Amino acid sequence: MPLAAVAEGPMPHQYSNIFDPVSVTGHQIKDISWFVIGICALIFLITQGILLWCILKFRARPGDDGRDPPQIYGSTPVEVAWTIVPMIIVVVLFLATARTIAEIQIEEPPEEALVVDVVGHRWWWEFKYPEYGITTANELHIPTSTPENWRPTFLRLLSQDVIHSFWVPRLGGKSDVVPNKENWLWYDTPTAGMYLGQCAEYCGTQHAHMLLRVYVHTPDEFAVWVADQQKADVEDPKVAAGRELFQKTACINCHTLGGTVANGTYGPDLSHFMSRKTLGAGVALNTPENLRAWIEDPQALKPGCRMPNMKLTELEVDHIVDYLLTLQ
Amino acid sequence: MDGPIGTASETAPVSRWVTVHDWATTTDHKKLGVMYIGAALFFFGFGGLEASLMRIQLAFPDLQFLAPETFNRMMTMHGTTMVFLVGMPMLFGSANYLIPLQIGCRDLAFPRLNSMGFWLFFLGGCLLYFSFLGGDGLYGAGTAPDVGWFAYAPLTGKAFSRGNSTDYWILGIMVSGLGSTMTALNLVTTILCSRCRGMTFSKLPVFTWIMLVDFVLVLVALTPLTAAQFMLLFDRFLGSHFFDTQAGGSAVLWQHFFWIFGHPEVYILILPAFAWASEIIPVFSRKVIFGYSMMVYATLSIGFISLGVWAHHMFTVGLSPSANTFFAASTMLIAVPTGLKIFNWLATMWGGKIRFELPMLFSTAFLCQFVIAGLTGIMLSVVPFDWQLSDSYFVVAHFHYVLIGGLLFMFFAAVYYWYPKVTGRMLSRKIGHLHFWIFLVGFNLTFGPMHGSGILGMPRRIYTYDAGRGWDIFNLMASIGVAVQAIGILFFVWNLYWSARNGEEAGDDPWDAWTLEWTTTSPPPAYNFEELPVVHSRRPLWDRKHPEDPDWKYE
Repeated sequence: MPLAAVAEGPMPHQYSNIFDPVSVTGHQIKDISWFVIGICALIFLITQGILLWCILKFRARPGDDGRDPPQIYGSTPVEVAWTIVPMIIVVVLFLATARTIAEIQIEEPPEEALVVDVVGHRWWWEFKYPEYGITTANELHIPTSTPENWRPTFLRLLSQDVIHSFWVPRLGGKSDVVPNKENWLWYDTPTAGMYLGQCAEYCGTQHAHMLLRVYVHTPDEFAVWVADQQKADVEDPKVAAGRELFQKTACINCHTLGGTVANGTYGPDLSHFMSRKTLGAGVALNTPENLRAWIEDPQALKPGCRMPNMKLTELEVDHIVDYLLTLQ
Repeated sequence: MDGPIGTASETAPVSRWVTVHDWATTTDHKKLGVMYIGAALFFFGFGGLEASLMRIQLAFPDLQFLAPETFNRMMTMHGTTMVFLVGMPMLFGSANYLIPLQIGCRDLAFPRLNSMGFWLFFLGGCLLYFSFLGGDGLYGAGTAPDVGWFAYAPLTGKAFSRGNSTDYWILGIMVSGLGSTMTALNLVTTILCSRCRGMTFSKLPVFTWIMLVDFVLVLVALTPLTAAQFMLLFDRFLGSHFFDTQAGGSAVLWQHFFWIFGHPEVYILILPAFAWASEIIPVFSRKVIFGYSMMVYATLSIGFISLGVWAHHMFTVGLSPSANTFFAASTMLIAVPTGLKIFNWLATMWGGKIRFELPMLFSTAFLCQFVIAGLTGIMLSVVPFDWQLSDSYFVVAHFHYVLIGGLLFMFFAAVYYWYPKVTGRMLSRKIGHLHFWIFLVGFNLTFGPMHGSGILGMPRRIYTYDAGRGWDIFNLMASIGVAVQAIGILFFVWNLYWSARNGEEAGDDPWDAWTLEWTTTSPPPAYNFEELPVVHSRRPLWDRKHPEDPDWKYE
């Protein structure tokens, strides 16, 4: 796969600082965030300065005359002032907020957009590209978008079971993934790379391992990825045993493999499975050893996940692993 | 009677059983107040233990100390406990004890209802904790709830929450809420109807004013929660589909119901801190509270606005831009009266002669930490900022600064302030200082770094995380912080115990204070006052101590 441009170390990772965004929306959020943080820092300094001054200046000292200080019951001008000034700050902040909301909360994809259906499952992500007829899981691939070659990605978020939340900090913003409710989130980024995300809404046992990765490719690379995903899987005679086993056991009740009888939808679609970097929604890197461990006992790697221990023999696991390894 | 709060202790010693029976059947508002605080501390132990277990699990990446289900139960029970079984009884305990004394009457309007309110609250808490004993069906009961204290649908539906854990959550909170409703009604009635002669609304101590607003909020806010819990029970047992999304129900509906309770609840919990601060800061600054009427109006507007901001918990749920804009505005607006209170407390300190006794130390920390909490709150009201940081550790940091930096610090201040009234003895200053400094460090070490892990993209409610995302150091600091906090709390509990026996005798008015509770003996007799007081101003004791320059001249 010609994806060398996407730099990547071993399991995992990288920082996902919200102040280091790579998308248009991310930058807008960053700008307004610094604005509000600046205002708040100023308020903090003022109030704490007064507090500190009071502590230092007005503390009772030994040797005082013991009489109470002058009693001041209030002062209308002062109180009016510190009602009105915060009001003005609130109005300014509100206007800035309203403007940013209007600019980035867009719910209708423009014609140029790439639309991807994101389906939240317990505890993995399904990505469908209606335009290309591709289905994949846990790793979202999207093209860059530049002013010359504008192609924002619009994600149509749906949930299959409970509420999840789609959050890739550096791409900007999050949106809940709610059953019976269609939500939209869009990215518009000129910067290729890999960005980590994670489910942000508590969704049960394995909420912690509902990770996702977004690969942003240049348009050319993206086209290559799409073409690769659209290819039919190779029928390798050397792994016929594994293929047969896969189709005979319960694997196919949950998993789909493009072009075969396997068309289960409960678990992730495994077509081109080896093009994915991780296993079990980010629980481990997708290496042959990890894959083997996963098939032997998914519950050991991800306790509580929906894939049961299939209780396969050593030899059967070998066959299945060999087979899966061919699904480039 | 050998209890520290006993009344007629001159008589012959009585058996332990009689003492227990006496407390269990009491209708004395003071004893019930102490029982509420005792219950709060009791459940605080559980809530703190759950928090500690979670922090051990999160101290290092990929640790396998708790199983994911266990972590999720700890997370759920910690939140539920701290909100309903610790925060609420702190409020009810202090109000129960102090309000009749402050407004110069002998008891609450309905003393037996008060007792029933307490026992229902306590029963609800026990029912919730009984779920642990269910341990995978030991009593055929399922096990402790694991759906989060917010119990979002459809995770709480029959399809995703089998067994009875969610039912325990519903019934425990419902029973406890029933008790809270009774007590709130009782206290509202008491404040409205039982004030002593001369105590008009404009002469009500600020503490009582704030509590009045608080109890009205309790009545208004608990109702939608109870309604939603009934609907959820119907879904779970009677086959209705309010929140059952697989049959077309709505997940967002639950959130509206829950947060129209849940947001006012935050104010229900923080208003007592304001009430305590408004008593303590003036007394230790030796000045009358600055801008009494503004304080009252600010409280009323906080109470009112808090009912119209609930959807700021739902900025990421996909509401329309106009709804998001409206709720951003109402949320920001609430900062104005809250800020006003901060400024009024600072103005009260300004020009005073501040005595840094323990209650004032805790109040000062409150004035710093609560401002941080308020400011991060303003940040989160900026919807796009919230789109990044809602459900991240930044939010965890924010509301722990509200509830611990605000409520708990002021609770400690209040305990140090009123303990002499309740027991007749002072709390040890030496142990108190250890408690203060250790807890201050532990608290900030725990929750300060969480702002950072949130900004680096750490979602809340995850039981583990991978190394190398920049979260490790923040999490380790937080976990160490919890241990430090626990040491601070142990000093506090030790102080409560030790000082009850060995503390310095307090006398009636050890702080040279101004409200009516300090006119009676410490501890007060069962009937509170030999003769019901008559007041002429907001600070009746000031008038008595300064006959040459009484308060009523200026009010």
